[in-house]
Amino acid sequence: MKIYLDNNATTKLDDEVFESMVPYFKEEYGNAFSLHLFGRETGKAVRDARKKIADVLEVKPEEIIFTGSGTESDNIAIRGIARAYKNRGKHIILSSIEHPGVRNTCKDLEREGFEITEVDVDKNGVLKIEDLKNAIKEDTILITVMHANNESGAIQPIEEIAEIANKNRILFHVDAVQSMGKKEIKPKEIGIDTLAFTAHKFYGPKGVGGLYIRNGVRIGKVITGGGQEKKLRPGTTNTPLIVGMATALNKIYKNKEEEEKRISELRDYFESEVLKRIPQVIINSKEAERLAGTSSITFKYIEGESILLHLSLKGIAVSSGSACSSDELQASHVLLAMGVPVEFAHGTIRFSIGKYNTKKEIDYTLDNLVEIIEKLRKMSPLWDENKN
Amino acid sequence: MEYTDKVMDHFSNPRNMGVIDNPDGYGKIGNASCGDIMEIFLKIENEIIVDVKFRTFGCASAIASSSVSTEMILGKTVEEALEVTNKKVVEALGGLPAVKMHCSVLAEEAIKAAIEDYLSKKK
Repeated sequence: MKIYLDNNATTKLDDEVFESMVPYFKEEYGNAFSLHLFGRETGKAVRDARKKIADVLEVKPEEIIFTGSGTESDNIAIRGIARAYKNRGKHIILSSIEHPGVRNTCKDLEREGFEITEVDVDKNGVLKIEDLKNAIKEDTILITVMHANNESGAIQPIEEIAEIANKNRILFHVDAVQSMGKKEIKPKEIGIDTLAFTAHKFYGPKGVGGLYIRNGVRIGKVITGGGQEKKLRPGTTNTPLIVGMATALNKIYKNKEEEEKRISELRDYFESEVLKRIPQVIINSKEAERLAGTSSITFKYIEGESILLHLSLKGIAVSSGSACSSDELQASHVLLAMGVPVEFAHGTIRFSIGKYNTKKEIDYTLDNLVEIIEKLRKMSPLWDENKN
Repeated sequence: MEYTDKVMDHFSNPRNMGVIDNPDGYGKIGNASCGDIMEIFLKIENEIIVDVKFRTFGCASAIASSSVSTEMILGKTVEEALEVTNKKVVEALGGLPAVKMHCSVLAEEAIKAAIEDYLSKKK
């Protein structure tokens, strides 16, 4: 049995999405920028895709640009704003739980002379609004906070942040990479200035992202080249992937309520069984509003990479907040920011349930998980010291 | 980052896992916050390691390093066991990813600590 419980990392391509892309890989190969008949066909496909996505977000088509990934969208927005507004100020605020796409972009800007303030989260992984208010300075030009955290699933108070940002005339960028397709988000209504997303998190293809840029927001060039994507993301238009992203986004929101309910029931069942069958576990962000399918669980006194690999040997794919499964050997900054002690951060596993998962798969996972945790704890000197 | 078959074998079927009551030598290395703790228990008769057990809190390479190193010292003399280096542990595992080399060092240190404990008790 092969069970994929790593849907926050990426998702399986939807068949219908795949079919929608095929013509643009094959016969409709024209450059969307060309004036001839080949270009007209693909040009129209890209225009339609842009309109479809804009409609879902309730924004104007010209406010959407296509990029190569969520990270690229974050880079264009954050660096672009920093460049365009540096005369107004050089201070940027972010949360302490941002994805590397945002976090490392801000750190890089810091090396270029910008000033960065990281705002803390509470123990549930939710940004502290009062701290954000206090972090604002005269020369703050940008606040960047993710919509939902990829590790804990915790939803961030973006409506409140938008209000604060708008009131203080500070631009607000939202990394919606993890929430897009799972939560509805209307950037214009909320007061968001730029918003990043990527197709492969909602059953679309990898290698394509999108960025909403509110009309009127200035973005300095990060990539230079031709005229594509309002000159902000030059490079030959990737028609098939763009078409795929539009099909995927449209489809995912069609029965969102129903799916969200089904997935959160699976998640709640999973967590209640874990609590029943395995002692000494912590469910992270349990008190916060979370994405339906995300479950971050700390198994005390054992190490996450070992859990991950044992599950993988049983055909189950998850991800780990452990330092040891990352190339940097650093424990997850998200878990540490939430106040999870470093030794417990090492023992944290993220299960992320998606639309193709079934109850049968969850039961199989639970049975194996119980065995694996027991086996590893038997091996752990820490368990022996702390089990009672 | 990828593990060799040897690492995966020792990780999924660890040899000599467990404890020895009243060991002749005991060593414990590492701490929880860096993610690895290794314990080695030795039973020694006539300077020969007649039994060895380990317990490890850590990742796959930590578990595999402990497991393979117990195999390397079982039945050996104390002197021979002291010659087990982290390099030899890595060789026995068919290699470790560069970022995981410290796990093999931990195994070497745990064995040395257990033997030192034995030697200090003997005095």
